[in-house]
Amino acid sequence: MKNSENTLFPKGAISAALKSAFYKLDPRLMLRNPVMFLVEVGTLVMLVVCVGIALGDQSQGSLAYNICVFVLLFLTLIFANFAEAIAEARGKAQADSLRKTRSETPAKLWDDSTGKVKLISSSELKKGDVFVCTADDIIPSDGEIIEGLATIDESAITGESAPVIREAGGDKSSVTGGTKVLSDQIKVVVTASQGESFLDKMIALVEGASRQKTPNEIALTILLAGFSLVFIIVIVSLKPMSSFAQAPIAIAAFISLFVCLIPTTIGGLLSAIGIAGMDRALRANVVTKSGRAVETAGDIDVLLLDKTGTITIGNRKATAFHPLSGVDPQHLLRASVLSSLADTTPEGKSILELANLDLAKLTPKDPVFVKFSAETRISGLDFEQTRIRKGAIDAIRRLVENAGHSFPDQILELTSKISNNGGTPLVVAENEQVLGVVELQDIIKTGIRERFERLRKMGIKTVMVTGDNPLTAKYIAEQAGVDDFIAEAKPEDKMQYIRHEQAEGRLVAMMGDGTNDAPALAQANVGVAMNSGTQAAKEAGNMVDLDNDPTKLIEVVEIGKQLLMTRGALTTFSIANDVAKYFAIIPALFITAIPALQGLNVMQLHSPESAILSSVIFNALIIPALIPLALRGVPYKPIGASALLRRNLLLYGLGGIIAPFVGIKLIDLLVSIWF
Amino acid sequence: MWQEILGVGLMFALLLLFAIPLGKHIGQVLNFEKNWSDPFLGFIDRLFYRIAGIDEMQQVSWQNNLKAMLTINAGWFVLSMLVLSNMSWLPLNPDGIASMSPDLAFNTSVSFITNTNLQHYSGETGLSYLGQMTLMLWQFISAATGMAICAVVFQGMRERASEKLGNFYVFFVRSITRVLLPLSILAASIYVFQGVPMTFLGKALTENLQGDGIEISRGPVAAFVAIKQLGTNGGGFFGPNSAHPLENPTYLSNMVETISILLIPIAMLFAMGHVLKRRKLAWTFFGVMCLGFLLLLLPAIASELEGNPAIAAMGIQQNQGSMEGKEVRFGAAASAYWAINTTCTSNGSVNAMHDSMTPLTGMSAMLGMMTNCFFGGVGVGFLNFYVFVILAVFISGLMVGRTPEFLGKKIEAREMKIAMIIALLHPLLVMLGTGLATYLYAQNPDACAAWLSNPGSHGFSQMLYEFCSASANNGSGFEGLGDNTLFWNLSTGLIILTARYLPIIGPVAIAGLLAQKQYIPESAGTLRTDTATFGTMVFAVIFIIAALAFFPTLVLGPLTEYFMLY
Repeated sequence: MKNSENTLFPKGAISAALKSAFYKLDPRLMLRNPVMFLVEVGTLVMLVVCVGIALGDQSQGSLAYNICVFVLLFLTLIFANFAEAIAEARGKAQADSLRKTRSETPAKLWDDSTGKVKLISSSELKKGDVFVCTADDIIPSDGEIIEGLATIDESAITGESAPVIREAGGDKSSVTGGTKVLSDQIKVVVTASQGESFLDKMIALVEGASRQKTPNEIALTILLAGFSLVFIIVIVSLKPMSSFAQAPIAIAAFISLFVCLIPTTIGGLLSAIGIAGMDRALRANVVTKSGRAVETAGDIDVLLLDKTGTITIGNRKATAFHPLSGVDPQHLLRASVLSSLADTTPEGKSILELANLDLAKLTPKDPVFVKFSAETRISGLDFEQTRIRKGAIDAIRRLVENAGHSFPDQILELTSKISNNGGTPLVVAENEQVLGVVELQDIIKTGIRERFERLRKMGIKTVMVTGDNPLTAKYIAEQAGVDDFIAEAKPEDKMQYIRHEQAEGRLVAMMGDGTNDAPALAQANVGVAMNSGTQAAKEAGNMVDLDNDPTKLIEVVEIGKQLLMTRGALTTFSIANDVAKYFAIIPALFITAIPALQGLNVMQLHSPESAILSSVIFNALIIPALIPLALRGVPYKPIGASALLRRNLLLYGLGGIIAPFVGIKLIDLLVSIWF
Repeated sequence: MWQEILGVGLMFALLLLFAIPLGKHIGQVLNFEKNWSDPFLGFIDRLFYRIAGIDEMQQVSWQNNLKAMLTINAGWFVLSMLVLSNMSWLPLNPDGIASMSPDLAFNTSVSFITNTNLQHYSGETGLSYLGQMTLMLWQFISAATGMAICAVVFQGMRERASEKLGNFYVFFVRSITRVLLPLSILAASIYVFQGVPMTFLGKALTENLQGDGIEISRGPVAAFVAIKQLGTNGGGFFGPNSAHPLENPTYLSNMVETISILLIPIAMLFAMGHVLKRRKLAWTFFGVMCLGFLLLLLPAIASELEGNPAIAAMGIQQNQGSMEGKEVRFGAAASAYWAINTTCTSNGSVNAMHDSMTPLTGMSAMLGMMTNCFFGGVGVGFLNFYVFVILAVFISGLMVGRTPEFLGKKIEAREMKIAMIIALLHPLLVMLGTGLATYLYAQNPDACAAWLSNPGSHGFSQMLYEFCSASANNGSGFEGLGDNTLFWNLSTGLIILTARYLPIIGPVAIAGLLAQKQYIPESAGTLRTDTATFGTMVFAVIFIIAALAFFPTLVLGPLTEYFMLY
């Protein structure tokens, strides 16, 4: 689906959007957008004027000129409707292609009557079905364990490298689609029915049927309605004023002045910008439950990020071997490798890689592997008279002390030193005698420091959440450049941290997956749930990330900012245009009656008719010209708010003043051939 | 000519020199900090609190503050109507002045209670000394109302604001006793020394060179002039206002009066900086207002000093600039400076005939009233500016990709709705008023012939100016308009009322609503409002809303005149 990213107008969308643009002329639909509704009213008045002239009215100028004004106003309406329609069409195309590309995994459906399993596709699973998963299986769907216990690698979703234990009964019974069973066997009942996806909600949203205006959009609509109202006042009072000055104004001129002055550019593009914002989120593979969530994302002050998977590469890697004094380094190396031979965890594999020994020579005859189990938390192998084990320090300590040996103090020194450097120690023992320690280190993702620096410039505080001890956490936090960390984090800690920040008035975003994240996801202002997360998490959050990529939050924040900026920039542009339009139309209104006002015709436009037509043409053409900007969004640059304002003010404010002067003059050169 | 420009420069420099320390003083007074005036003025405050039963410590919500302001204003209005329509038999009437007609009494009462001081009468013949003193009381009261309500908004702008935004009555009493009264006594003393009368005796009788008897009107003028200038009231004791030799006898008195006009409006900005502890913000706002002020001032002075081309065409040298309708003792530059001062604030006093000024000066004066927030009236000028700041915050907030917030409070639909209504109100009142007047005139030119002393675009300017003046609560007149008629008394009276109270209610409501919201601490992503960039944005918003909405009327009025003249 990434391939469609650069085509602004997907195939077939244009003709569909054009059709829809006419359909949207329905006044009941237009009423949602007060600015464009006023244009529609003006268009209808011009139609009546044209009919009047055709029937012999002499006071309103030539029929051709009036018809031109009418057609141009009609085109303005069509362009605005087209902008909205094309944005919707893009979103819809996107959602459709997303639905097709959802990955499918095989599922072992359990048949209770026969007691046998049947292999089906995950998409065929229905709510209430029971499936079985054994070691190395990918869990095909969200569900709840009804039988058994297993260690599960959820690093693909949660990023947590340490395998988790899930068992039937209790609150650790839910499993997530896309995660992998490492050991043991479980029986799972499906809890999420297929088809009830957020995609369906999203499609409804982009189709506009259920799209509600966001608070910010409402405030902006008020502003735009206000600007339109000002000019209604201007037009209404101008009528008696002009008759006092004995400079009667034709209806076409009145309506043209009005339509040019009200903010039609932003009014016409407003809903397209909103839809395009959600569409951009969807392009980043994030499904939003509402447009409001995208907007809020732009305001985020604090970002809670899980360490593993976001800041560090999913799994820890072995980086060094530390033998006890008196132990041959080669001996430790050999024992470490042997203990990891059957270890399929990423840590185990990384030990083999680091040791880089010839496995064929090393492997003993008839080894008996001791698999890692959640109860012993030790793995290793037995051969002949040798028992090699590796595990966390307290597990090995228990093993050693139970056998009647003493646990050397040097190990404690070594392990605490490793912890201080942000590493995790694994102790290796042979025949219940400690040999040394393998150091596992988190690998900080390349480029993550720069990303945090960018966030800091955006004014966002980053907080790392990790289960590590405070020393390790502090070390990694410093290395990665995050502003704060929560060590030895329990789900309640996240919740408490969010509440604390919110009490101070900050907006918090977090990403979560598990059921125990659900309260925090609901509490956070922006909660992004992983698509492979539990149903509870997905319900609680207001966005779902289909890629299960923890760094996605950063993109979501930028999309939110872009959305607001596009609205702001086009509003400024639209209003700034009024200066030039005034200088084009006002002299045109009065110049016949008060020739002295020729001095105000700074653009030296050819005639009153050509000045008015040029302004209306510019006003209509600027809408389709800005559709690409509305759909792509104004690029966000983290250069500080004041610098950003200065930049956008120059670009869209000053540009908005100058562009129509140039544009109207050029159009006038062309129009003056006929009028 | 250089002397004249130097005089203007000196007035502006002295103004800043006084306004900055005064701002600190007002800030201390409105923030209940220790102040040098406590020992010898504090007891007066307490006396008033005891008489009126005000609990000095009690703070109330924004709604209750507004209720207090509106009810007490209504009371004053009734009292004013009673005095003005019964002057003839009441005391302090040595010259036997008649009572006012009901519609004129309505117009005058409304006008003075709202700090407008639009005068459809002439002081010498229209008011007894009791009437004058009553109006002088309103000049204190209306200015203090502005300061007190502005103090309520300051309370709402603080970071940790609560629902209680101080007490209107306490702010009101303190504004008078600590600021307006001491300054007025000081200024009045200077005027007395310069020759402004201060007496309750009736008209003085004297003989001119031909031996004819002349009656010279006088009265408690010095006290009246002091508060008329300091409180941005502007109503003159005599018809010709500060062009009258007994209201403004010398260049020195003219300097003091001119400085008095802008003194408190500028000081209120620095008072805000003091109360909120945001000095840079105060300077930013000052910069925006000052820019607007100078952009109106400079063309006006240049145009007046250059003289009138129509007179030049007659072969008359104009070394002193355009002197039609001006006092020789002030000169063209100081008169133009006064004209912009008095229209940018809602003062409305005049020391020259605005009707006679060149078209560009007339337009600058009207633009001053159309924007009505380049310093603006005492207290209320800031409130007008505050509304534009809210609009600017909203648009610029969007432009930096963040939900707009002002001083740590989010601006949402409700605040936008109020701000937009208030911003629209002024163009609405002016344009519809002028539209209605031109409609009536165009319908029946013969019946309305007495309205206008000039036909065409100048006549249009006269009407436009009158409605600008009413809606901006300014009170000055372009003159040449026959305005003591039922239509003008009622239409301007109603506009004055609407344009006074809604633009107070709106900003107080916004500040009250924002005060209740949660404070969002500043981060690198927050748009700072105390920068030149944001200042530019505010200026652009004011320019677009005020100047653009009024552009067509300016074209039909002063601009047509300008292009016909030059």
